[in-house]
Amino acid sequence: MDQGSATLKATAPPAATRGSRQVNTLPMLLPAIIVLLLWSVLPLLRTLLYSFQHYDLMTPPATFNGGLNYRYLFTDPSTWIAIKNSVVLVIGVLAASIVFGTLIALLLNNDFPGQSIARLLAIAPFFVMSPVAALIWKNLLLDPVSGLFGWFMTLAGLHPIAWFSVAPMTSVIIIYSWRWIPFATLILLTALQSLDTDQLEAARMDGAKGFARLRYIVLPHLLRPISIVIMLESIFLLSAFAVIYTTTNGGPGDATTTLTYLIFIKALNDFSIGSASAAGVFAIVLANILAVFLIRAVSRNLQA
Amino acid sequence: MKPSVANRIVFGILAWIAALIMFFPILWMIVTAFKTEGQAIAIPPLILFKPTLTSFIDATTNAGYLLFALNSVIVSVGSTIIAIAIAFPAAYALAFFPGKRTEFTLMWMLSTKMLPAVGVLMPIYLGLKTIGLLDTRTALVAIDMLMNLPIVVWMLYSFFKEIPGEILEAARVDGIGPRQQMWHLLLPLSGPGIASTALLAIILSWNEAFWSINVTASHAGTLAAYIARFSAPEGLFWAKLSAASVLAVAPILIFGSLTQRRLVRGLTFGAVK
Repeated sequence: MDQGSATLKATAPPAATRGSRQVNTLPMLLPAIIVLLLWSVLPLLRTLLYSFQHYDLMTPPATFNGGLNYRYLFTDPSTWIAIKNSVVLVIGVLAASIVFGTLIALLLNNDFPGQSIARLLAIAPFFVMSPVAALIWKNLLLDPVSGLFGWFMTLAGLHPIAWFSVAPMTSVIIIYSWRWIPFATLILLTALQSLDTDQLEAARMDGAKGFARLRYIVLPHLLRPISIVIMLESIFLLSAFAVIYTTTNGGPGDATTTLTYLIFIKALNDFSIGSASAAGVFAIVLANILAVFLIRAVSRNLQA
Repeated sequence: MKPSVANRIVFGILAWIAALIMFFPILWMIVTAFKTEGQAIAIPPLILFKPTLTSFIDATTNAGYLLFALNSVIVSVGSTIIAIAIAFPAAYALAFFPGKRTEFTLMWMLSTKMLPAVGVLMPIYLGLKTIGLLDTRTALVAIDMLMNLPIVVWMLYSFFKEIPGEILEAARVDGIGPRQQMWHLLLPLSGPGIASTALLAIILSWNEAFWSINVTASHAGTLAAYIARFSAPEGLFWAKLSAASVLAVAPILIFGSLTQRRLVRGLTFGAVK
Protein backbone atom coordinates (compact mmCIF):
# COMPACT_ATOMS: atom_id res chain seq x y z
CA MET A 1 0.00 0.00 0.00
CA ASP A 2 2.90 2.30 0.58
CA GLN A 3 4.66 1.65 -2.68
CA GLY A 4 3.35 4.77 -4.31
CA SER A 5 3.96 7.08 -1.43
CA ALA A 6 7.22 8.84 -2.02
CA THR A 7 8.28 9.86 1.41
CA LEU A 8 9.63 12.93 3.07
CA LYS A 9 12.58 11.21 4.66
CA ALA A 10 13.60 9.46 1.48
CA THR A 11 13.61 12.51 -0.75
CA ALA A 12 14.67 15.10 1.78
CA PRO A 13 18.45 15.13 1.25
CA PRO A 14 18.62 15.67 -2.55
CA ALA A 15 15.65 18.01 -2.47
CA ALA A 16 17.12 20.13 0.27
CA THR A 17 20.35 20.70 -1.61
CA ARG A 18 18.34 21.17 -4.75
CA GLY A 19 16.04 23.90 -3.72
CA SER A 20 15.74 25.47 -0.36
CA ARG A 21 18.74 27.75 -0.74
CA GLN A 22 17.80 29.14 -4.13
CA VAL A 23 14.04 29.27 -3.82
CA ASN A 24 12.14 31.13 -1.18
CA THR A 25 9.04 29.01 -0.64
CA LEU A 26 7.43 31.26 1.92
CA PRO A 27 5.37 33.32 -0.56
CA MET A 28 3.92 30.10 -1.97
CA LEU A 29 3.00 28.75 1.44
CA LEU A 30 1.90 31.94 3.09
CA PRO A 31 -1.59 32.37 1.57
CA ALA A 32 -2.62 28.88 2.65
CA ILE A 33 -1.10 29.27 6.09
CA ILE A 34 -2.61 32.70 6.73
CA VAL A 35 -6.18 31.80 5.77
CA LEU A 36 -6.04 28.56 7.73
CA LEU A 37 -4.66 30.37 10.76
CA LEU A 38 -7.44 32.93 10.59
CA TRP A 39 -10.01 30.18 10.15
CA SER A 40 -8.82 27.89 12.92
CA VAL A 41 -7.27 30.09 15.56
CA LEU A 42 -9.36 33.27 15.64
CA PRO A 43 -12.78 31.63 16.05
CA LEU A 44 -11.29 29.23 18.56
CA LEU A 45 -10.05 32.09 20.73
CA ARG A 46 -13.44 33.77 20.49
CA THR A 47 -15.23 30.58 21.53
CA LEU A 48 -12.86 30.37 24.47
CA LEU A 49 -13.61 33.99 25.38
CA TYR A 50 -17.40 33.56 25.09
CA SER A 51 -17.23 30.46 27.24
CA PHE A 52 -16.26 32.61 30.22
CA GLN A 53 -19.04 35.10 29.63
CA HIS A 54 -22.69 35.37 30.40
CA TYR A 55 -23.74 36.13 26.84
CA ASP A 56 -27.37 35.87 25.91
CA LEU A 57 -28.15 37.20 22.44
CA MET A 58 -31.56 38.28 23.72
CA THR A 59 -30.18 40.29 26.62
CA PRO A 60 -26.81 41.76 25.69
CA PRO A 61 -24.24 42.92 26.61
CA ALA A 62 -21.95 40.04 27.49
CA THR A 63 -20.43 40.01 30.97
CA PHE A 64 -17.72 37.81 32.40
CA ASN A 65 -18.99 35.23 34.84
CA GLY A 66 -15.86 33.31 35.65
CA GLY A 67 -16.15 29.59 35.14
CA LEU A 68 -19.88 29.53 35.76
CA ASN A 69 -20.73 28.22 32.26
CA TYR A 70 -18.40 25.29 32.81
CA ARG A 71 -19.86 24.60 36.24
CA TYR A 72 -23.36 24.48 34.75
CA LEU A 73 -22.12 22.42 31.83
CA PHE A 74 -20.71 19.67 34.02
CA THR A 75 -23.52 19.65 36.58
CA ASP A 76 -26.28 19.71 33.96
CA PRO A 77 -27.54 16.15 33.43
CA SER A 78 -28.41 16.96 29.80
CA THR A 79 -24.67 17.34 29.06
CA TRP A 80 -24.01 13.80 30.17
CA ILE A 81 -27.01 12.48 28.29
CA ALA A 82 -25.71 14.22 25.17
CA ILE A 83 -22.25 12.73 25.65
CA LYS A 84 -23.76 9.30 26.15
CA ASN A 85 -25.82 9.76 22.97
CA SER A 86 -22.73 10.83 21.02
CA VAL A 87 -20.82 7.78 22.23
CA VAL A 88 -23.71 5.43 21.39
CA LEU A 89 -24.04 6.95 17.92
CA VAL A 90 -20.31 6.77 17.17
CA ILE A 91 -19.88 3.24 18.47
CA GLY A 92 -23.06 1.99 16.79
CA VAL A 93 -22.12 3.35 13.38
CA LEU A 94 -18.48 2.29 13.75
CA ALA A 95 -19.45 -1.28 14.61
CA ALA A 96 -21.75 -1.45 11.59
CA SER A 97 -19.16 0.14 9.28
CA ILE A 98 -16.33 -2.14 10.31
CA VAL A 99 -18.31 -5.38 10.21
CA PHE A 100 -20.34 -4.73 7.06
CA GLY A 101 -17.71 -2.55 5.39
CA THR A 102 -15.12 -5.34 5.68
CA LEU A 103 -17.57 -8.01 4.57
CA ILE A 104 -18.75 -6.08 1.54
CA ALA A 105 -15.20 -5.09 0.59
CA LEU A 106 -14.10 -8.75 0.75
CA LEU A 107 -17.06 -9.83 -1.38
CA LEU A 108 -16.51 -7.10 -3.96
CA ASN A 109 -12.81 -7.87 -4.19
CA ASN A 110 -13.52 -11.23 -5.86
CA ASP A 111 -13.82 -11.57 -9.59
CA PHE A 112 -17.41 -11.94 -10.69
CA PRO A 113 -19.55 -10.73 -13.59
CA GLY A 114 -20.50 -7.07 -13.27
CA GLN A 115 -17.97 -6.47 -10.49
CA SER A 116 -17.36 -2.84 -11.33
CA ILE A 117 -21.07 -2.03 -11.48
CA ALA A 118 -21.71 -3.80 -8.17
CA ARG A 119 -18.88 -1.74 -6.67
CA LEU A 120 -20.42 1.50 -7.82
CA LEU A 121 -23.82 0.53 -6.42
CA ALA A 122 -22.38 -0.49 -3.04
CA ILE A 123 -20.41 2.73 -2.66
CA ALA A 124 -23.09 5.09 -3.98
CA PRO A 125 -24.74 5.87 -0.60
CA PHE A 126 -21.57 7.63 0.54
CA PHE A 127 -22.19 10.28 -2.13
CA VAL A 128 -25.75 10.96 -1.03
CA MET A 129 -25.94 14.18 1.00
CA SER A 130 -27.09 13.67 4.59
CA PRO A 131 -30.44 15.52 4.34
CA VAL A 132 -31.43 13.34 1.39
CA ALA A 133 -30.26 10.17 3.14
CA ALA A 134 -32.31 11.22 6.16
CA LEU A 135 -35.44 11.79 4.08
CA ILE A 136 -35.19 8.55 2.12
CA TRP A 137 -35.19 6.64 5.39
CA LYS A 138 -37.60 8.81 7.34
CA ASN A 139 -40.31 8.92 4.68
CA LEU A 140 -39.90 6.22 2.10
CA LEU A 141 -38.56 3.37 4.22
CA LEU A 142 -39.26 3.80 7.95
CA ASP A 143 -42.60 5.65 7.93
CA PRO A 144 -45.06 3.48 9.90
CA VAL A 145 -48.01 4.17 7.56
CA SER A 146 -46.65 4.36 4.04
CA GLY A 147 -43.04 3.25 4.44
CA LEU A 148 -41.70 0.16 2.76
CA PHE A 149 -40.44 -1.46 5.97
CA GLY A 150 -43.84 -1.08 7.59
CA TRP A 151 -45.35 -2.92 4.67
CA PHE A 152 -42.73 -5.68 4.95
CA MET A 153 -43.60 -6.05 8.63
CA THR A 154 -47.30 -6.26 7.84
CA LEU A 155 -46.52 -8.95 5.26
CA ALA A 156 -44.64 -10.85 7.94
CA GLY A 157 -47.69 -10.61 10.18
CA LEU A 158 -46.16 -7.98 12.50
CA HIS A 159 -47.32 -4.53 13.47
CA PRO A 160 -45.42 -1.74 11.74
CA ILE A 161 -43.58 0.35 14.30
CA ALA A 162 -43.08 4.10 14.46
CA TRP A 163 -39.28 3.86 14.30
CA PHE A 164 -38.51 7.43 15.26
CA SER A 165 -40.63 7.29 18.43
CA VAL A 166 -39.97 3.72 19.52
CA ALA A 167 -36.27 3.47 18.64
CA PRO A 168 -35.09 6.97 17.69
CA MET A 169 -31.37 6.42 18.31
CA THR A 170 -31.40 3.08 16.49
CA SER A 171 -33.06 4.77 13.52
CA VAL A 172 -30.46 7.53 13.44
CA ILE A 173 -27.69 4.92 13.71
CA ILE A 174 -29.22 2.98 10.79
CA ILE A 175 -29.24 6.08 8.59
CA TYR A 176 -25.68 7.09 9.43
CA SER A 177 -24.51 3.50 8.99
CA TRP A 178 -26.05 3.38 5.56
CA ARG A 179 -23.92 6.40 4.60
CA TRP A 180 -20.71 5.31 6.34
CA ILE A 181 -20.56 1.57 5.59
CA PRO A 182 -19.81 2.48 1.94
CA PHE A 183 -17.01 4.78 3.14
CA ALA A 184 -15.42 1.85 4.98
CA THR A 185 -16.03 -0.37 1.96
CA LEU A 186 -14.34 2.12 -0.37
CA ILE A 187 -11.26 2.50 1.81
CA LEU A 188 -10.90 -1.20 2.58
CA LEU A 189 -11.46 -2.18 -1.03
CA THR A 190 -8.70 0.17 -2.09
CA ALA A 191 -6.43 -1.33 0.55
CA LEU A 192 -7.32 -4.88 -0.55
CA GLN A 193 -6.37 -4.11 -4.12
CA SER A 194 -2.87 -3.21 -3.02
CA LEU A 195 -2.51 -6.56 -1.26
CA ASP A 196 0.34 -8.53 -2.71
CA THR A 197 -1.26 -11.26 -4.79
CA ASP A 198 2.00 -13.23 -4.95
CA GLN A 199 1.84 -13.71 -1.22
CA LEU A 200 -1.73 -15.01 -1.45
CA GLU A 201 -0.77 -17.27 -4.33
CA ALA A 202 2.17 -18.67 -2.32
CA ALA A 203 -0.11 -19.32 0.64
CA ARG A 204 -2.52 -21.05 -1.68
CA MET A 205 0.30 -23.23 -3.07
CA ASP A 206 1.26 -24.15 0.46
CA GLY A 207 -2.26 -25.43 0.88
CA ALA A 208 -3.63 -22.66 3.08
CA LYS A 209 -7.43 -22.90 3.01
CA GLY A 210 -9.59 -19.87 2.21
CA PHE A 211 -10.29 -19.11 5.82
CA ALA A 212 -6.64 -19.39 6.86
CA ARG A 213 -5.60 -17.04 4.07
CA LEU A 214 -8.23 -14.59 5.26
CA ARG A 215 -7.25 -14.90 8.89
CA TYR A 216 -3.47 -14.75 8.52
CA ILE A 217 -2.86 -12.65 5.42
CA VAL A 218 -5.87 -10.55 4.44
CA LEU A 219 -7.15 -9.39 7.84
CA PRO A 220 -3.74 -8.37 9.18
CA HIS A 221 -3.24 -6.36 5.99
CA LEU A 222 -6.56 -4.60 6.67
CA LEU A 223 -5.75 -3.71 10.26
CA ARG A 224 -4.22 -0.35 9.49
CA PRO A 225 -6.85 0.83 7.00
CA ILE A 226 -9.50 -0.29 9.51
CA SER A 227 -7.90 1.79 12.23
CA ILE A 228 -7.86 4.77 9.85
CA VAL A 229 -11.55 4.23 9.08
CA ILE A 230 -12.26 4.13 12.82
CA MET A 231 -10.48 7.41 13.45
CA LEU A 232 -11.84 9.30 10.46
CA GLU A 233 -15.40 8.13 11.05
CA SER A 234 -15.22 9.00 14.76
CA ILE A 235 -14.18 12.53 13.91
CA PHE A 236 -16.93 12.92 11.32
CA LEU A 237 -19.57 11.27 13.49
CA LEU A 238 -18.80 13.37 16.55
CA SER A 239 -19.84 16.30 14.37
CA ALA A 240 -22.88 14.47 12.95
CA PHE A 241 -25.63 16.99 12.51
CA ALA A 242 -27.73 17.03 9.35
CA VAL A 243 -29.47 13.65 9.70
CA ILE A 244 -30.55 14.47 13.25
CA TYR A 245 -31.65 17.94 12.15
CA THR A 246 -33.73 16.49 9.33
CA THR A 247 -35.30 13.56 11.18
CA THR A 248 -35.65 13.83 14.96
CA ASN A 249 -34.44 17.32 15.85
CA GLY A 250 -32.72 15.75 18.82
CA GLY A 251 -35.90 14.18 20.15
CA PRO A 252 -38.15 12.72 21.24
CA GLY A 253 -37.12 14.47 24.46
CA ASP A 254 -33.34 14.26 24.40
CA ALA A 255 -33.15 10.75 22.99
CA THR A 256 -31.07 11.75 19.96
CA THR A 257 -29.51 14.97 21.27
CA THR A 258 -25.79 14.44 20.77
CA LEU A 259 -23.15 16.84 22.07
CA THR A 260 -23.01 18.56 18.67
CA TYR A 261 -26.77 18.89 18.56
CA LEU A 262 -26.93 20.14 22.15
CA ILE A 263 -24.48 22.94 21.31
CA PHE A 264 -26.51 23.83 18.23
CA ILE A 265 -29.71 24.02 20.33
CA LYS A 266 -28.04 26.14 23.00
CA ALA A 267 -26.59 28.52 20.42
CA LEU A 268 -29.16 29.03 17.71
CA ASN A 269 -32.37 28.08 19.52
CA ASP A 270 -31.74 29.34 23.05
CA PHE A 271 -29.27 32.07 22.03
CA SER A 272 -27.18 31.37 25.11
CA ILE A 273 -23.81 31.93 23.49
CA GLY A 274 -21.83 31.61 26.72
CA SER A 275 -23.01 28.15 27.68
CA ALA A 276 -22.98 26.95 24.08
CA SER A 277 -19.34 28.06 23.84
CA ALA A 278 -18.37 26.24 27.02
CA ALA A 279 -19.87 23.07 25.55
CA GLY A 280 -18.10 23.89 22.29
CA VAL A 281 -14.73 24.07 24.01
CA PHE A 282 -15.47 20.71 25.59
CA ALA A 283 -16.32 19.21 22.17
CA ILE A 284 -13.11 20.63 20.71
CA VAL A 285 -11.06 19.04 23.49
CA LEU A 286 -12.73 15.66 22.88
CA ALA A 287 -12.13 15.89 19.13
CA ASN A 288 -8.50 16.80 19.71
CA ILE A 289 -7.89 13.73 21.80
CA LEU A 290 -9.12 11.64 18.87
CA ALA A 291 -7.16 13.76 16.42
CA VAL A 292 -3.88 13.02 18.18
CA PHE A 293 -4.32 9.34 17.37
CA LEU A 294 -5.17 10.02 13.74
CA ILE A 295 -2.26 12.39 13.27
CA ARG A 296 0.08 9.82 14.72
CA ALA A 297 -1.16 7.19 12.28
CA VAL A 298 -0.85 9.51 9.29
CA SER A 299 2.52 10.79 10.37
CA ARG A 300 3.81 7.24 10.69
CA ASN A 301 2.79 6.75 7.07
CA LEU A 302 4.57 9.91 6.03
CA GLN A 303 7.82 8.58 7.46
CA ALA A 304 7.37 4.91 6.63
CA MET B 1 -5.73 -24.73 -6.72
CA LYS B 2 -8.07 -21.94 -7.76
CA PRO B 3 -11.21 -21.54 -5.66
CA SER B 4 -13.87 -23.92 -6.91
CA VAL B 5 -16.39 -22.75 -9.47
CA ALA B 6 -19.24 -23.31 -7.04
CA ASN B 7 -17.57 -21.08 -4.45
CA ARG B 8 -16.99 -18.34 -6.97
CA ILE B 9 -20.62 -18.38 -8.04
CA VAL B 10 -21.83 -18.22 -4.43
CA PHE B 11 -19.51 -15.34 -3.56
CA GLY B 12 -20.45 -13.51 -6.74
CA ILE B 13 -24.13 -13.79 -5.91
CA LEU B 14 -23.52 -12.67 -2.32
CA ALA B 15 -21.56 -9.64 -3.58
CA TRP B 16 -24.41 -8.66 -5.88
CA ILE B 17 -26.96 -9.07 -3.07
CA ALA B 18 -24.89 -6.86 -0.78
CA ALA B 19 -24.49 -4.21 -3.50
CA LEU B 20 -28.20 -4.22 -4.28
CA ILE B 21 -29.17 -3.91 -0.61
CA MET B 22 -26.90 -0.88 -0.20
CA PHE B 23 -28.20 0.71 -3.37
CA PHE B 24 -31.85 -0.11 -2.81
CA PRO B 25 -32.79 3.07 -0.84
CA ILE B 26 -31.44 5.22 -3.69
CA LEU B 27 -33.28 3.13 -6.25
CA TRP B 28 -36.51 3.45 -4.27
CA MET B 29 -36.09 7.22 -4.13
CA ILE B 30 -35.61 7.32 -7.89
CA VAL B 31 -38.70 5.15 -8.41
CA THR B 32 -40.76 7.35 -6.05
CA ALA B 33 -39.69 10.48 -7.92
CA PHE B 34 -41.48 9.19 -11.03
CA LYS B 35 -44.76 8.62 -9.17
CA THR B 36 -47.66 10.94 -8.42
CA GLU B 37 -48.13 11.96 -4.78
CA GLY B 38 -50.98 9.46 -4.44
CA GLN B 39 -48.92 6.62 -5.89
CA ALA B 40 -45.96 7.52 -3.68
CA ILE B 41 -47.80 6.75 -0.44
CA ALA B 42 -49.91 3.84 -1.76
CA ILE B 43 -49.85 0.65 0.27
CA PRO B 44 -49.04 -1.94 -0.97
CA PRO B 45 -46.22 -0.03 -2.67
CA LEU B 46 -46.57 0.28 -6.42
CA ILE B 47 -43.89 -1.44 -8.44
CA LEU B 48 -45.58 -1.18 -11.79
CA PHE B 49 -46.99 2.20 -12.67
CA LYS B 50 -46.96 4.70 -15.47
CA PRO B 51 -43.96 6.93 -14.74
CA THR B 52 -44.66 10.66 -14.75
CA LEU B 53 -42.42 13.71 -14.74
CA THR B 54 -44.99 15.75 -12.78
CA SER B 55 -42.99 15.62 -9.57
CA PHE B 56 -39.81 16.79 -11.26
CA ILE B 57 -41.67 19.70 -12.84
CA ASP B 58 -43.38 20.59 -9.55
CA ALA B 59 -40.13 20.34 -7.62
CA THR B 60 -38.11 22.51 -9.96
CA THR B 61 -40.75 25.19 -10.38
CA ASN B 62 -41.18 25.35 -6.62
CA ALA B 63 -40.25 28.46 -4.65
CA GLY B 64 -36.56 29.06 -4.99
CA TYR B 65 -35.48 25.56 -6.01
CA LEU B 66 -33.54 26.82 -8.98
CA LEU B 67 -31.90 29.53 -6.89
CA PHE B 68 -30.74 26.93 -4.37
CA ALA B 69 -29.46 24.70 -7.18
CA LEU B 70 -27.57 27.65 -8.63
CA ASN B 71 -26.15 28.42 -5.17
CA SER B 72 -24.92 24.83 -4.89
CA VAL B 73 -23.12 25.12 -8.22
CA ILE B 74 -21.60 28.53 -7.47
CA VAL B 75 -20.53 27.63 -3.94
CA SER B 76 -19.02 24.24 -4.75
CA VAL B 77 -17.24 25.31 -7.94
CA GLY B 78 -16.21 28.71 -6.57
CA SER B 79 -14.82 27.34 -3.32
CA THR B 80 -12.97 24.60 -5.20
CA ILE B 81 -11.31 26.96 -7.68
CA ILE B 82 -10.11 29.24 -4.89
CA ALA B 83 -8.93 26.30 -2.76
CA ILE B 84 -6.89 24.89 -5.63
CA ALA B 85 -5.46 28.31 -6.50
CA ILE B 86 -4.23 28.69 -2.91
CA ALA B 87 -3.21 25.06 -2.42
CA PHE B 88 -1.34 24.57 -5.70
CA PRO B 89 1.72 26.73 -4.89
CA ALA B 90 1.66 25.53 -1.28
CA ALA B 91 1.69 21.87 -2.31
CA TYR B 92 4.42 22.64 -4.86
CA ALA B 93 6.57 24.17 -2.15
CA LEU B 94 5.91 21.33 0.29
CA ALA B 95 6.50 18.56 -2.22
CA PHE B 96 9.58 19.86 -4.04
CA PHE B 97 11.32 21.98 -1.41
CA PRO B 98 10.91 20.01 1.80
CA GLY B 99 12.57 21.53 4.81
CA LYS B 100 12.59 21.12 8.54
CA ARG B 101 9.10 22.50 8.94
CA THR B 102 7.43 20.66 6.04
CA GLU B 103 6.07 17.80 8.06
CA PHE B 104 4.88 20.11 10.80
CA THR B 105 3.08 22.31 8.27
CA LEU B 106 1.31 19.34 6.72
CA MET B 107 0.29 17.98 10.10
CA TRP B 108 -0.90 21.34 11.30
CA MET B 109 -3.06 21.73 8.21
CA LEU B 110 -4.49 18.28 8.80
CA SER B 111 -5.21 19.16 12.41
CA THR B 112 -7.39 22.12 11.41
CA LYS B 113 -9.72 19.56 9.82
CA MET B 114 -10.21 17.98 13.23
CA LEU B 115 -11.79 21.08 14.70
CA PRO B 116 -15.48 20.28 15.22
CA ALA B 117 -17.47 22.86 13.27
CA VAL B 118 -20.01 23.27 16.04
CA GLY B 119 -17.22 24.45 18.37
CA VAL B 120 -16.71 27.57 16.27
CA LEU B 121 -20.32 28.01 15.17
CA MET B 122 -20.97 30.96 17.47
CA PRO B 123 -17.98 33.14 16.56
CA ILE B 124 -18.40 32.46 12.84
CA TYR B 125 -22.14 33.12 12.96
CA LEU B 126 -21.79 36.32 15.01
CA GLY B 127 -18.80 37.48 12.95
CA LEU B 128 -20.70 37.03 9.69
CA LYS B 129 -23.64 38.85 11.22
CA THR B 130 -21.44 41.77 12.23
CA ILE B 131 -19.91 42.21 8.79
CA GLY B 132 -23.25 41.64 7.08
CA LEU B 133 -22.29 38.42 5.32
CA LEU B 134 -24.90 36.16 6.91
CA ASP B 135 -26.90 34.37 4.22
CA THR B 136 -24.52 35.27 1.38
CA ARG B 137 -22.79 33.04 -1.14
CA THR B 138 -19.54 34.85 -0.41
CA ALA B 139 -19.59 33.57 3.16
CA LEU B 140 -20.38 30.03 2.11
CA VAL B 141 -17.72 30.03 -0.62
CA ALA B 142 -15.18 31.15 1.98
CA ILE B 143 -16.28 28.58 4.57
CA ASP B 144 -16.31 25.66 2.14
CA MET B 145 -12.99 26.75 0.69
CA LEU B 146 -11.41 26.80 4.15
CA MET B 147 -12.97 23.48 5.11
CA ASN B 148 -11.52 21.80 2.03
CA LEU B 149 -8.18 23.60 1.81
CA PRO B 150 -6.26 21.12 4.02
CA ILE B 151 -7.59 18.15 2.03
CA VAL B 152 -6.76 19.86 -1.25
CA VAL B 153 -3.20 20.67 -0.12
CA TRP B 154 -2.70 17.10 1.06
CA MET B 155 -4.09 15.51 -2.04
CA LEU B 156 -2.10 17.73 -4.43
CA TYR B 157 0.99 17.13 -2.31
CA SER B 158 0.58 13.38 -2.62
CA PHE B 159 0.16 13.61 -6.41
CA PHE B 160 3.15 15.94 -6.74
CA LYS B 161 5.28 13.48 -4.77
CA GLU B 162 4.78 10.97 -7.56
CA ILE B 163 6.25 13.28 -10.17
CA PRO B 164 9.98 12.55 -10.54
CA GLY B 165 11.93 15.45 -9.05
CA GLU B 166 14.44 15.23 -11.93
CA ILE B 167 12.00 16.77 -14.35
CA LEU B 168 11.69 19.94 -12.30
CA GLU B 169 15.39 19.78 -11.50
CA ALA B 170 16.20 19.78 -15.22
CA ALA B 171 13.93 22.76 -15.70
CA ARG B 172 15.65 24.57 -12.85
CA VAL B 173 19.06 23.91 -14.32
CA ASP B 174 17.81 25.42 -17.58
CA GLY B 175 17.01 28.53 -15.58
CA ILE B 176 13.24 28.13 -15.49
CA GLY B 177 11.84 29.77 -12.36
CA PRO B 178 9.31 28.33 -9.96
CA ARG B 179 6.40 30.21 -11.51
CA GLN B 180 7.07 28.83 -14.99
CA GLN B 181 7.72 25.37 -13.54
CA MET B 182 4.31 25.42 -11.91
CA TRP B 183 2.48 26.71 -14.96
CA HIS B 184 4.24 24.87 -17.75
CA LEU B 185 5.41 21.65 -16.13
CA LEU B 186 3.52 20.82 -12.99
CA LEU B 187 0.07 21.82 -14.20
CA PRO B 188 0.10 19.61 -17.31
CA LEU B 189 1.98 16.80 -15.54
CA SER B 190 -0.46 16.57 -12.68
CA GLY B 191 -3.65 17.17 -14.67
CA PRO B 192 -5.46 13.99 -13.63
CA GLY B 193 -4.42 14.49 -10.01
CA ILE B 194 -5.72 18.05 -10.01
CA ALA B 195 -8.93 16.88 -11.63
CA SER B 196 -9.61 14.26 -8.95
CA THR B 197 -8.70 16.73 -6.23
CA ALA B 198 -11.15 19.22 -7.68
CA LEU B 199 -13.86 16.58 -7.92
CA LEU B 200 -13.41 15.59 -4.28
CA ALA B 201 -13.59 19.22 -3.17
CA ILE B 202 -16.73 19.79 -5.26
CA ILE B 203 -18.34 16.65 -3.83
CA LEU B 204 -17.56 17.63 -0.22
CA SER B 205 -18.74 21.18 -0.74
CA TRP B 206 -21.91 20.16 -2.59
CA ASN B 207 -22.85 17.77 0.22
CA GLU B 208 -21.84 20.10 3.05
CA ALA B 209 -24.91 20.64 5.21
CA PHE B 210 -23.88 21.99 8.62
CA TRP B 211 -22.73 25.46 7.60
CA SER B 212 -25.23 25.76 4.82
CA ILE B 213 -28.08 25.09 7.25
CA ASN B 214 -26.71 27.37 9.95
CA VAL B 215 -25.42 30.46 8.15
CA THR B 216 -27.86 30.76 5.25
CA ALA B 217 -31.56 31.40 4.89
CA SER B 218 -33.51 32.13 1.73
CA HIS B 219 -30.78 33.78 -0.36
CA ALA B 220 -27.61 31.74 -0.26
CA GLY B 221 -28.83 28.30 0.84
CA THR B 222 -27.58 25.30 -1.10
CA LEU B 223 -29.61 22.24 -2.05
CA ALA B 224 -28.52 20.46 1.14
CA ALA B 225 -30.07 23.26 3.20
CA TYR B 226 -33.12 23.41 0.92
CA ILE B 227 -33.88 19.75 1.37
CA ALA B 228 -33.19 19.74 5.10
CA ARG B 229 -35.27 22.84 5.70
CA PHE B 230 -38.23 22.17 3.47
CA SER B 231 -38.58 18.60 4.61
CA ALA B 232 -40.93 19.69 7.38
CA PRO B 233 -43.51 21.73 5.45
CA GLU B 234 -43.17 19.52 2.38
CA GLY B 235 -43.01 16.34 4.41
CA LEU B 236 -46.24 15.07 2.96
CA PHE B 237 -45.18 15.46 -0.63
CA TRP B 238 -42.97 12.43 -0.98
CA ALA B 239 -42.85 12.29 -4.72
CA LYS B 240 -41.94 15.96 -5.06
CA LEU B 241 -39.30 15.72 -2.34
CA SER B 242 -37.87 12.58 -3.96
CA ALA B 243 -37.67 14.32 -7.31
CA ALA B 244 -35.90 17.29 -5.74
CA SER B 245 -33.54 14.89 -3.96
CA VAL B 246 -32.78 12.88 -7.09
CA LEU B 247 -31.77 16.08 -8.87
CA ALA B 248 -29.68 17.12 -5.87
CA VAL B 249 -27.66 13.91 -5.62
CA ALA B 250 -27.44 12.91 -9.30
CA PRO B 251 -24.43 15.05 -10.26
CA ILE B 252 -22.47 13.93 -7.22
CA LEU B 253 -23.30 10.26 -7.77
CA ILE B 254 -21.87 10.62 -11.26
CA PHE B 255 -18.77 12.56 -10.16
CA GLY B 256 -18.22 10.15 -7.31
CA SER B 257 -18.34 7.06 -9.47
CA LEU B 258 -15.90 8.62 -11.91
CA THR B 259 -13.14 9.02 -9.37
CA GLN B 260 -13.89 6.67 -6.51
CA ARG B 261 -10.41 5.17 -6.26
CA ARG B 262 -8.51 8.42 -6.27
CA LEU B 263 -10.89 9.91 -3.73
CA VAL B 264 -9.57 7.54 -1.09
CA ARG B 265 -6.28 9.36 -1.08
CA GLY B 266 -7.89 12.68 -0.27
CA LEU B 267 -10.37 11.23 2.19
CA THR B 268 -7.66 9.51 4.22
CA PHE B 269 -4.96 12.19 3.82
CA GLY B 270 -2.86 9.80 1.83
CA ALA B 271 -2.88 7.17 4.55
CA VAL B 272 -4.57 4.67 2.23
CA LYS B 273 -3.88 4.53 -1.49
